[in-house]
Amino acid sequence: MSRAAEGSYSAIRTTSISRTFGELTAVDGIDLSVEQGELFSLLGPNGAGKTTTIKMLCCLLKPTGGTATIMGHDIQKNPLSVKQVIDVSPQETAIAERLNAWENLTLMAGLHGVEKRAARKRSGELLEMMALDGRAKEKVKNYSGGMKRRLSIAMALVSDPRVLFLDEPTLGLDPQSRRAIWEHVERLKGDKTVVLTTHYLEEADALADRVAIIDEGKIVALGTPKELKESISGDQVLVVEAANLADDALDALRQLYPVVRRTENGVEIDGEAANIYDIQDVLRPRGIIIDSTYKKQTSLDDVFLRLTGKQLRQ
Amino acid sequence: MRSLELAKRNFREVWRDPLSLGITIGLPVLLLLVLQLFGGVDPFFTPTVLAPGIVLFGFVMLMFSSAMILSRDRESALFSRLLTAPVRARDFVAAYSLPYLPVAIIQGILLFAIGLFLGLEVSGSVVLVVLVLLVTAVFYIGLGMVLGSLLPLAPLSGAYAVVLLLTIFGGAWMDLEAIGGVFQSVGNALPFAHALDATRDVMVEGAGFGAIATDFFWVLGYTLVAVALALVFFRRKMTD
Repeated sequence: MSRAAEGSYSAIRTTSISRTFGELTAVDGIDLSVEQGELFSLLGPNGAGKTTTIKMLCCLLKPTGGTATIMGHDIQKNPLSVKQVIDVSPQETAIAERLNAWENLTLMAGLHGVEKRAARKRSGELLEMMALDGRAKEKVKNYSGGMKRRLSIAMALVSDPRVLFLDEPTLGLDPQSRRAIWEHVERLKGDKTVVLTTHYLEEADALADRVAIIDEGKIVALGTPKELKESISGDQVLVVEAANLADDALDALRQLYPVVRRTENGVEIDGEAANIYDIQDVLRPRGIIIDSTYKKQTSLDDVFLRLTGKQLRQ
Repeated sequence: MRSLELAKRNFREVWRDPLSLGITIGLPVLLLLVLQLFGGVDPFFTPTVLAPGIVLFGFVMLMFSSAMILSRDRESALFSRLLTAPVRARDFVAAYSLPYLPVAIIQGILLFAIGLFLGLEVSGSVVLVVLVLLVTAVFYIGLGMVLGSLLPLAPLSGAYAVVLLLTIFGGAWMDLEAIGGVFQSVGNALPFAHALDATRDVMVEGAGFGAIATDFFWVLGYTLVAVALALVFFRRKMTD
């Protein structure tokens, strides 16, 4: 299929795609359409079905129901064609430990059929971009966790894929390395279709053009981060800090407001209707003193809680 | 070409693990050096009789190593990444097999060189000996691919022991006619005794291809089946 012909397709389109493992339904009839050049995030807690979805789209797992196309190629009928336009950075660091960084990159370029000269050029550029050029000829088993992860992501970029899957790219990284990877992913925007799975809400919020919130194998919300945040009673959360907040007080607040979340120092209440005087009326008779209150912007975590009744970060 | 890229990586994996490589190549050599010391007591232990059997023992080691690298890779995240590349099952199997051919050749040369130094007699065609051993090596590597595709790392040692015993009792180190009965029938059905008979007939008796054709094709048949099974099982593992 020519690139011109590919231009008329969504980069990814899934139709009721499902996957079961025995009794467990990991992915439950997901319908998605990701446009070319879009940075799309699948956001959800561990076990929500994000990685299973990615594995099906990368032709590593067969769907038990539905189907999907990548750049117009059916994942079940033409897996080889799909693999020619995708690359993936798996959740675990996926590198050959006995090779050096240069060899790892040229290996992946070779497997994707990149011409040798182009592979050398791109490998050099990626090593520089990921700040690994100084140790490119050193066996990667001596690298730090952050360096290995950066190399793992570089290996997904060396084939210059049309569609790039980044499965939890910053999992377990320190904030500095995470920030560095965000910057690299940000640079890909518009040039490549990127599907980013994460359970870090700030990652999805900062990077994604659109976010699909996934829970128990189903998409429970889909939109831009702004749309999702606005979808729940305005975009503000009232934070109430109060020590010794008993369960009965929490229950009483939940009678007043639909989404009340216990925090370390008190509660958070979604929506602009939250009224401090009403809250005082609930807490004061129970001998609970409010230490402070303030309003904050709604986060995707708040959206997730509203939609699923669960917190994203357990 | 893509299988060559992966073969290059696997080749590096093999050669950058000196301990495993040393054991794979060194153990059969050590066995030959030790066992030939008993040559004065029993003619079975003379290099001419001993060497072909020890080459087969070396190939069992080779099978174990090739199965191990594939099985270890299958349990790694790198393997998932490799499977998302546009590479076919046959290219994967070739890429995991090819690096072991030079190891088999080095192993064979080393064993026969030491054997010759110790008094090994070769009366027949060296080319024919090489051909028989090459097909046998591919059989064992293919068997390694089957085991590596099917088994996780932990049970591989058990499978190795089974193949080693089958090789020994299947005629490589035991005279099947002396054993007789069911063991002889089973041994004759397996490829090990045929590989050994073909090698010894060429080496010791100077037999030509016609004389060893039955044994040769028996081994070749098993080799083709092993490679075909490796392809089938590997293809199944590519998409769960």
